[in-house]
Amino acid sequence: MGLRGLLGAAALAIGALTGTSAALAQDKPAQLKIGITTFMTGPASVFGVPGKAAAEQWIEDFNAAGGIQGVKIAPVYLDEGLGGDNLLSEYRRLVQEQGTKVMLSAISSGNCNIIAPVAEDLKVLNIMWDCSTEKVLEERRYKYVVRTQGNATTEMVATVMYLLKVKPDFKTIAVVNQDYAWGRDSWEIFRNTLMALKPDTKVVAEMFPKFGAPDYSTEISRLSALKPDVILSTAWGGDLDTFVRQASQRGLAKKSVLVLPLIESSLERLGSAVPDGVIGGMRGDHYFLHPEYRNDAKHKAFVAKFRAKTKTYPIYPVYHMVQALEALAQGYEKAIKANKGKWPTTEQVAETMRNMEFRGLTRPIRMRDDGQGLEDQMLGITKAVPGLPFPVLDKLTIIPATLTTAPVGQRSPEWVKTVKPELLTSPLIKTYGDTAPPAN
Amino acid sequence: MTVDLLLLALADGVSYAGLLFLVALGLTLIFGVMGIVNVAHGAFFAFGGYTAATFVVALSGPDTPAIVLLLALAAAAILVGLVMGTALEAGLLRRVQDKDPILQLLVTFAAFMIFEDLQRLIWGASPRSAAAVVDSLGTLELFDVTYTRYQILLVPAIAIVAYFSLRAFLRRTRIGKQIVAVTHSREVATALGINAKRIGWFTFVIGAMLGALGGALAAPVTSLVPGVGTDWIVLSFSVVATAGLGQITGALIAALIIGIARSIAVYTMPELEVVVPYLIMVGVLLVRPSGLFTVAQARRI
Amino acid sequence: MSTNLVRTMVVIGALAFLGLGLSLPWLKTPAIFVLSYGLAALGVVVMLRGGQISFGHAMYACIAGYTVAFLQRAHPELDGLVLIIAGMVVATLAGGIIGVFVVRYRAIFFGMLNLALSMVLFSLLAKMYEISGGTDGLRIDRPTLAGITFDRSGYESALLIGSLVAAIFCGWLVQRYFRSAAGEALAGIKTNEARLEYLGLSARRILWSGYVISAALVGLSGALFALVQGLVTPEMGYWLRSGEFVFIAILGGSVHAIGAFMGAIVFTVIKLGAAAFLTGVWQMLLGITLIVVILAAPTGIAGLLRIGTRRAPEGGAR
Repeated sequence: MGLRGLLGAAALAIGALTGTSAALAQDKPAQLKIGITTFMTGPASVFGVPGKAAAEQWIEDFNAAGGIQGVKIAPVYLDEGLGGDNLLSEYRRLVQEQGTKVMLSAISSGNCNIIAPVAEDLKVLNIMWDCSTEKVLEERRYKYVVRTQGNATTEMVATVMYLLKVKPDFKTIAVVNQDYAWGRDSWEIFRNTLMALKPDTKVVAEMFPKFGAPDYSTEISRLSALKPDVILSTAWGGDLDTFVRQASQRGLAKKSVLVLPLIESSLERLGSAVPDGVIGGMRGDHYFLHPEYRNDAKHKAFVAKFRAKTKTYPIYPVYHMVQALEALAQGYEKAIKANKGKWPTTEQVAETMRNMEFRGLTRPIRMRDDGQGLEDQMLGITKAVPGLPFPVLDKLTIIPATLTTAPVGQRSPEWVKTVKPELLTSPLIKTYGDTAPPAN
Repeated sequence: MTVDLLLLALADGVSYAGLLFLVALGLTLIFGVMGIVNVAHGAFFAFGGYTAATFVVALSGPDTPAIVLLLALAAAAILVGLVMGTALEAGLLRRVQDKDPILQLLVTFAAFMIFEDLQRLIWGASPRSAAAVVDSLGTLELFDVTYTRYQILLVPAIAIVAYFSLRAFLRRTRIGKQIVAVTHSREVATALGINAKRIGWFTFVIGAMLGALGGALAAPVTSLVPGVGTDWIVLSFSVVATAGLGQITGALIAALIIGIARSIAVYTMPELEVVVPYLIMVGVLLVRPSGLFTVAQARRI
Repeated sequence: MSTNLVRTMVVIGALAFLGLGLSLPWLKTPAIFVLSYGLAALGVVVMLRGGQISFGHAMYACIAGYTVAFLQRAHPELDGLVLIIAGMVVATLAGGIIGVFVVRYRAIFFGMLNLALSMVLFSLLAKMYEISGGTDGLRIDRPTLAGITFDRSGYESALLIGSLVAAIFCGWLVQRYFRSAAGEALAGIKTNEARLEYLGLSARRILWSGYVISAALVGLSGALFALVQGLVTPEMGYWLRSGEFVFIAILGGSVHAIGAFMGAIVFTVIKLGAAAFLTGVWQMLLGITLIVVILAAPTGIAGLLRIGTRRAPEGGAR
């Protein structure tokens, strides 16, 4: 009897004795505790697990090299697969009970939407390391929330531009996207941009199969009958795998050009199931065969170590994680300098991270005043090459983020309607030729 | 919608219905004989699929003949059905067979939760597939649309074979007749000397194998991820409830109705595609509460 | 005798909740979730009294939650209490309407029809992206509570106290209902419905009133859940959620209203504990717990503690 009572009494006693530690912000802490949310379970774990591996590797190297002026980073990982309500509880527990001041969250746009206002309330620095919803930073100005990567607008506008460069005379397009925020929003931005740049395009089908759909056969049959010139799908993970396999088996890629902005993350897994001629993206310029950085010492070393540990090549969540951590480290270093050598407050670091430029493993990223990172986008066309069990992305083109991101204060859905065709011929866009397979 | 598109929709609907039927068949069989709604059936599907994917990936080389891969699928289904079915039936269900049906159902629900985590511990979170099977069978053209032979011919064929075999088995063999007897009345059957316990185990294992077969056949065309069992379970419920619990022929017809309706929805109103199975289920249950094909039973006083 | 036991437990429990919530602020939201789940399980317990189990009751939590979200969108100035009541009212109305159809069914068919209806709702909400926000759901901003604008910490404390009061009040109400004529009649549906009809009572009417009460309870739980999470998603109405409510009701025991809350505490402790220390096996742990309870203590924790059993009358006949 009174089990609950005993528990309650004990908790009261403990609570009274210890209390939550007040943050003594100006003293250098023994270690910097950070919370990292990632999908360790569920379909998005195809991104979450490599992301975690990247964090572990980076933090290990970073701590070995001395950390932030001697302060090592101590990560705690939270599983986004637990669902929004549990994630929220765990997030709060880390912040309020363990005094964590920095959180890297999240992969899922849905979770970013939940967490951003909570982080602001709790006054905790929240780095959105992978979610792409542009709405978070566009709908409200945050003091404590930043994003160290691009957003859906940056990616989709660049995709439209690449498509128009590579296949300027298509007439019809169909879309098969996952039915959730990313699938819906990415299509809205893509379609509005396309209509602004090429108003005579006809959309012949808009299909949004359930997220985690086991089977795309019927959708593919319908697409086979409709024969659009271009088929777009921003699907990823298991869904994209299924779609590509089934499309490939049924010859869909022969009839239509597939545009798959997230295909890079599935290339190694799908291998020869990916046909040639697919237009593909990588949510940034994250490619281990990056034309400008494949031989860069830092990039090469990281890829080699990652491959040795996980037996796979890194995909974009890996790069995004590294970016977030690099930005964090640099943010602290700069804030310490500005604070005359004293350990900075969370507010100071959050402030410093705006208008900062930093580099992860590939092209540098510039942070804007509203906390949004400007991440250049790279796209290519799949091609099978000897010596590699999966296709490379060929004819790579890098489109700077300044061309494809809505300016500060503007909402993407409206801004993309004002995009001008002159953008396609901007001299800032860099194109490359054939992509050679890796040396080893 | 033109005739062409309608025929295409039918083709897609039939192949989807084949998988749906196999999964629902196991579920309805188990309910018919043991009176238990087995929520863990989704786990049979998932484990069948994952095991099949593991076998196929292990066996597939550049020239593996299709028959070998197909046998691998069958082997996976049999193995999973036998092992998991026995474990669940003997280990758990027998202990609760005298309890409230609600508790029996909840026990299967608890087992389902355990299996979900077990599945992730064994196979991880990466999507798995067995696409080699489909590639080895080639394609055919229908109204200028390319279909895979696997999907249009093999899966429906296996479903039909399963249906007729099961019917023949239940009507013509001794064990089959015993199963029917136990379904009608466990007490009387036991009084007649039928080992109801063994029949129960046997039927449960067959049902589990059918569920696993559904998963094994789905593996080549889909990606198996954590959570795949959860969706299929509620889909197969919609088939079983629409047909009537324990109705085998009914399950075939209900699977066809739901499969084709869903397929037509994708062609005409894709937004309604996910709702269709449940709308049909509600519609049927409101009009005929025990399903389309159940004979009404007298109320016990 | 057992009444005193229950009273003591309620008092100690309430104090524990408040104490924990105020001293360890990160426990406030889990505590509110516990109370919300407990209220939903209480709704299931009412149905269990009538021997019926619904695998679709989460739809009422979903309906209430989305009502709160839509109302707030239309009128952002509305107070939280108004939102909660509105959510509850809409869920109750829905329960009343749906109940008319559903009470004609019994046992597995009852469960199946409820499941089907909840899945229709779930699928529609998941698909109607423009209206319902699709699978990502709708955000709910912090409203005023009883006219006062709170900061996050105060808001959570206020919700905790509110949920606690609601839980105790509803638990007491449900117990009184069980002991009333209507409640006893509801139990009669489980034991022998035909005899109930012979007594001149309409089984359907009785089941309907029980159903409406359970819908109201689940609706209340949904509204609270929505306000504390700040987000409503179709997941709130998914069949797994309904299953969790049933799970909790059985775990805690349907013999007494307090069982629902005891079950909710154990459920949440295991879920969060597993998440913190043994990531990735919380479902397994919960499943094992449920099996152990069903095998060893089918009347749940409350049953184990012999709450709700009456003393055998003198003379022995039971």
